[in-house]
Amino acid sequence: MSNNVISLQAVSKTYGNETVVRDVNFDVQPGECIVLVGHNGAGKTTLMKLMLGLTRPSTGTVEVLGGNPAFTAAVAQRLALGYLPESVAFYEAMTGQEVLAFYAQLKGASYYECGKLLQLVGLGDASKRRVGTYSKGMRQRLGLAQAMLGDPQLLFLDEPTTGLDPLLRQHFYELIDGLHKEGVTSIISSHALNEVEARANRFVIMKAGIIVASGTLDELYQLAALPVRLELSVTEGEASRVAESLGTGVNIAHVNNQKLSLSCFKGEKMPLIRHITGLGEVVQDLQIMPPRLDEVYSHFMQGDGL
Amino acid sequence: MKMIWILAQKELRDGLRNRWIAAAIILLGTLALALSLLGSAPTGSVRVSELDITVISLASLSVYLIPLIALMLAFDALVGEFERGTMMLLLTYPVTRWQVIMGKYLGHVLILFIAIFFGYGGALIILTLLGDSGTDGWQAYALMMLSSLMLGAVFIALGYLVSVFVKERATAAGTAIGLWLVFVVLYDLLLFGVLLLDEGQLIGQKLFSILMLISPTDSYRILNLSMFEGVSQAAGIAGIASEAGMSGALLISVMLLWMVVPLMATLFLFQKREL
Repeated sequence: MSNNVISLQAVSKTYGNETVVRDVNFDVQPGECIVLVGHNGAGKTTLMKLMLGLTRPSTGTVEVLGGNPAFTAAVAQRLALGYLPESVAFYEAMTGQEVLAFYAQLKGASYYECGKLLQLVGLGDASKRRVGTYSKGMRQRLGLAQAMLGDPQLLFLDEPTTGLDPLLRQHFYELIDGLHKEGVTSIISSHALNEVEARANRFVIMKAGIIVASGTLDELYQLAALPVRLELSVTEGEASRVAESLGTGVNIAHVNNQKLSLSCFKGEKMPLIRHITGLGEVVQDLQIMPPRLDEVYSHFMQGDGL
Repeated sequence: MKMIWILAQKELRDGLRNRWIAAAIILLGTLALALSLLGSAPTGSVRVSELDITVISLASLSVYLIPLIALMLAFDALVGEFERGTMMLLLTYPVTRWQVIMGKYLGHVLILFIAIFFGYGGALIILTLLGDSGTDGWQAYALMMLSSLMLGAVFIALGYLVSVFVKERATAAGTAIGLWLVFVVLYDLLLFGVLLLDEGQLIGQKLFSILMLISPTDSYRILNLSMFEGVSQAAGIAGIASEAGMSGALLISVMLLWMVVPLMATLFLFQKREL
């Protein structure tokens, strides 16, 4: 027994002839925030369902909180677990308050906690309305509230911010950040790469059921071997002279009268910057742009990772 | 047990909320009243209690109506939640699949109990207040109510089996109607048709009894028409059931079996199902 919260070993899942998840190995330590990224149908949701015990792996073993989640005996572990499904559905005829109270009863959470959570997600005023009248964003917030019932130690959030407006997204991530500070482990699947970039400890990139890359953002940059981009502003008319002085190790993408766009790999970055600063007054401004997660992502998506 | 009760309460609340229970009470109550008030005319001077006549007509009608109500209540129970996606979320909570089925079942049987208790029971109270024959034969009426609940419980279990088996709600609705037709109408038609053609050559009384007995609706009918003398005399089948060796316990056991087996099958299919 390890102290992993989640441990997947050689897990594959086949529906009929279709292999949705293929030979996945995946460990999660307590307190980590893992972001699953991948195209639609890459197997993110199936992977979550496997970890939740809703489906059973065709081969391999899944262990969550020290047990197999698909076993009936895993019921007790589910007390410590919260899940927000993709496009969450509720009992339409019940009010928001009733829905949350129903789930709270199942989890042994108090009625008081329901009220608190409804306030927290901003549904306090709408709590007495039928869920059938809720907008997509309100459902999503109710979904988050139910996932947070009973102080879960492990959260699964499947595309949590779809349908939320920018302000709500912000608020949503503040809530998640708050939970992380309390030591909650979470698995988030998302398409909104720029939003999750700053939040995750680790990214898992999936493609056609396979984990093509996983690691921290830095590790992924290195794996992807993507160049760092630099933008230089120089005194008018000096651009081509500066470009000449840079030598051959640098890829110059674009030059005009007073601006240069350069790119170089990680190892060459510092020598290049030292060289540029050594040029003196000619250089007026320097901007360094590391590759973004979406660039890393599209790199892995385009690659022949299969 | 606590989980089962939480889930049952939810079904019960849904039944109250969508006026399902109210509609069923009104339907059953009105029918009971109409049948007994209109049906008491032919009693004439024969020494038969009005309630006995009511039991006969109500039992004959309940055989059609109660299974229909029960199936309507049950066909959506599982497939509806699969389709909407609420089942997926529910199963990530600390409930077992066994508890989900039993909770729903308890809730739906309670809904039916309330409908029968207030519908038929309310009619009984009105009848005793109106009529002058007193409460003679109330035992037969009580048995009718209780066995109606059992008949309903049988068809809720059968409805669950349909609900867990099919992929879509529409298919479930269609299959439930088909099931109703087979159990309530076609089986008896077929049985009597074969009996008429056979003219007693192959199918002896014993085989016929068994064929009657294995149908939950026929068990219900025989139970109600034969257990009390007043009723069976009025129905004109006095002594037939006991001659055929059909005791009340046997008839009730058959119905219990029709509850337990489909429910177990439902549970088995539900356990296997992946969401």
